[in-house]
Amino acid sequence: MAIAQTMNGALRRLPAWTIYIVGAVYAVWEFWRALNQIGPYLVEPINVLERAYGEIALILMVVGLMVTPLRKLTGVNLIKFRRAIGVTAFFFVLAHFLVFAILDVQSVSRVWEEVVKRPYVTVGMLSFLMLIPLAVTSNNMSVRKMGAAAWRKMHKLTYPAAILGAVHYLWLVKGFQLEPIIYLVAILGLVAVRYVSLERQKQPA
Amino acid sequence: MAYRWTNTLTKADITPKAAYFNRRQILAGTVGLGAIGLAGGASAQGDLEPNTLEEITSYNNFYEFGTGKGDPAANAHQLQTSPWSIKVDGMVDNPGDYALDDLLAGLSVEDRIYRFRCVEAWSMVIPWNGIELADILNKVGVQSGAKYVAFETVVQPENMIGVQRRVLDFPYVEGLRLDEAMHPLSIMATGIYDEPIYNQNGAPIRLVVPWKYGFKSIKSIVRITLTDVEPPTSWNKANPREYGFYSNVNPTVDHPRWSQASERRIGGGLFAQRQDTLMFNGYPEVASLYEGQDLSVDI
Repeated sequence: MAIAQTMNGALRRLPAWTIYIVGAVYAVWEFWRALNQIGPYLVEPINVLERAYGEIALILMVVGLMVTPLRKLTGVNLIKFRRAIGVTAFFFVLAHFLVFAILDVQSVSRVWEEVVKRPYVTVGMLSFLMLIPLAVTSNNMSVRKMGAAAWRKMHKLTYPAAILGAVHYLWLVKGFQLEPIIYLVAILGLVAVRYVSLERQKQPA
Repeated sequence: MAYRWTNTLTKADITPKAAYFNRRQILAGTVGLGAIGLAGGASAQGDLEPNTLEEITSYNNFYEFGTGKGDPAANAHQLQTSPWSIKVDGMVDNPGDYALDDLLAGLSVEDRIYRFRCVEAWSMVIPWNGIELADILNKVGVQSGAKYVAFETVVQPENMIGVQRRVLDFPYVEGLRLDEAMHPLSIMATGIYDEPIYNQNGAPIRLVVPWKYGFKSIKSIVRITLTDVEPPTSWNKANPREYGFYSNVNPTVDHPRWSQASERRIGGGLFAQRQDTLMFNGYPEVASLYEGQDLSVDI
């Protein structure tokens, strides 16, 4: 595990807040490209930006869910970045929602209509709502106030939120498309790994 | 018979070639070209400022070449369009494999500036060059019992990444009722902006039925079949609950995935406002085709 140790040593010097900086720079960069209709944003920037923010949120959720299995499997420890990864994922979901609400459907009544009428929007919205309390309590003060056990229990909401996010994507696309299936399988796998390892721990030694 | 339908706009209203390739540069320098669009207001025909060729050729749905909107522009150069022949069969007097040029010989190519409305709730305005479908059907001779026209898109698996990935059950198939096919608005397009149609837009020949959602306007056609039974259509096969045979643009009938009440015209940038979708995409002259039909049932 020499490689893991070297990596952990390097990662120790990297502060967790770099995740926020990179996330913010990426979000602004994509918005700027959409505004100026550069590259993939040439013709229809609204839809493409909406997708870009949604997809990076899903990627960050997958990465966040990988932190624990990765440590167990390889010894590489990303645990100090996990909160920043999760909160950044939330910010991209929020950005995705804002592009949808303000730039895409453009009115409160239409947002409501979409949420009520279209199941893929409904599940996306549910995922977003589940993430709000998690983002709000992603600080040490909340852990202390709630108590570690209660806090940990509540933050298990990450699992259904991530699954619903992937279902939202799969439901939204037309025809048989591989990408959303990959996200859903990855997330279901990463959640399942937790329950498998939990079950093992419960068994008497 | 050609020239049965006329634009209220003339050929002079089509943006000159020097200007159309990148409208944004033009708009930065002058306000003149926008006047056509602004002066028309809410009238059905008045807002038809065509999209740029760049927009029309770089934002497409053509799942044989991938599901991303930019995929067809990136991949469709692999499509082999020459030689091209179209198999005409079923209830016709003159069935056979027609070379494209032979099938179209003697028929008039017209300019048609049409709204194009995708079921995904975006739209464009496209200056097509094409032949009335009725002219082609009359040329091959429709037999009296025929009630429907079925169309089929070419399949070139080695050139089509989406076919390899089985995104849909290819070949892509579509169909029209015979009276819809014979309507003067229905054309077979071979060009856009007086240039041969780009591969990503359905070269060398594609259907354009402007009062229906875009997926009805099947691309790169290799087979036309006259039949007396309603032909299968690709999206209906993939998801019958969401895509009906008729698929007329109808703001009052919601699609399970997209509200059809409004749309976004391509070309407005990041802050483009939505606009109301018009019944039959603003072509009320087709309403008589559906008299006695409940269009909330016959979707």
